[in-house]
Amino acid sequence: MARNPPGHASRGGALANSRRFVLAAVLLGGLVIMGAGVLLALAHRDTPRGAAGTLLASAIGGSFRLVDQNGKTVTDADLKGKWSLVYFGYTHCPDACPTALNDIAIALDQLGPKREAVRSVFITVDPERDTPEVLKAYVTSFDAAILALSGSPEEIARAAKAYRVYYAKHPEPGGDYSMDHSSVIYVMDPEGRFTASFTHQSTPEEIADRLKKLLA
Amino acid sequence: MSFRFLAFAGVFAAASAALAQTNQLEVSNAWARATPAKAENGAAYVTIASPTPDRLLSASSPVAKKTELHTMEMAGMVMKMRPIAGLDIPGGQPVALKPGGEHIMLIGLQQPLREGQAFTLTLNFEMAGARTVSVAVEKAGAMSGMTH
Repeated sequence: MARNPPGHASRGGALANSRRFVLAAVLLGGLVIMGAGVLLALAHRDTPRGAAGTLLASAIGGSFRLVDQNGKTVTDADLKGKWSLVYFGYTHCPDACPTALNDIAIALDQLGPKREAVRSVFITVDPERDTPEVLKAYVTSFDAAILALSGSPEEIARAAKAYRVYYAKHPEPGGDYSMDHSSVIYVMDPEGRFTASFTHQSTPEEIADRLKKLLA
Repeated sequence: MSFRFLAFAGVFAAASAALAQTNQLEVSNAWARATPAKAENGAAYVTIASPTPDRLLSASSPVAKKTELHTMEMAGMVMKMRPIAGLDIPGGQPVALKPGGEHIMLIGLQQPLREGQAFTLTLNFEMAGARTVSVAVEKAGAMSGMTH
């Protein structure tokens, strides 16, 4: 105490004040970041983020030209007239993709006669391996009627871009590879407009409830 | 009355001690999803319970050319599947492999996995050594192995 020069108390006070200010600023900053996080999480629940990191609900969906499991050309115009649940995946994916297709099948089963108004669409992000023949064998092992689409790498890239779907090849030792991909189920209305989306965390019940409201 | 209670408590304590002494790693509820005709890969899931910490190091099965331990990671909306070097099993806390998390990836299936069939899977643990289980094949979109 004795070593403290005169005026220390006031300087200490100023220091304490500035510390308090810094603390308040940090707290406030933290709250802002948390708030932004909550908003972002809420936004994510229903509206997927666009490729540019913006919320572009109206920009999801668009023109594409692909080929189905029977070799028939399918364009975005063919999806109109019915509701569509659109999921991008690949057949070498043994975990997330069957889960999504299964969730869709269970949800559709809960719709009763209204399920006729909904079509499930599986678009591959792995056109190299997922030829129409491979897709046909894949989707027939699921109970639901699924429209499975493939195409040239360029055609798939165009469709994925239209739906703001990210995918990338992840090489593995031994020449094998897996695909990283956005795991989102898009709900498109009969006019081909984006309406809602579900993630891998959505339960079949949540999907069914939402669809029931949309179809009501 | 208190004697009977004590006797009961004694028997109970002895029984629990006997149970605890089985002290062995157990693999249960082994199941896999049926795979489509041309699928090259499949996934198997198991529940592992060990009274003491252990680590799953590798797996093998006659149905696949290669068997790897994989995990699913989410980066935002993006699903990534990655091989993992091993899976820690905490002591006294069962670990259930299930869709959306860790799985045993069967690469290069010799033939499709058909619903209702079973195949053998050997799991190699750091402490407990090898355990071979029978894996039940469920529906293609099954979410658990408890459907029957």
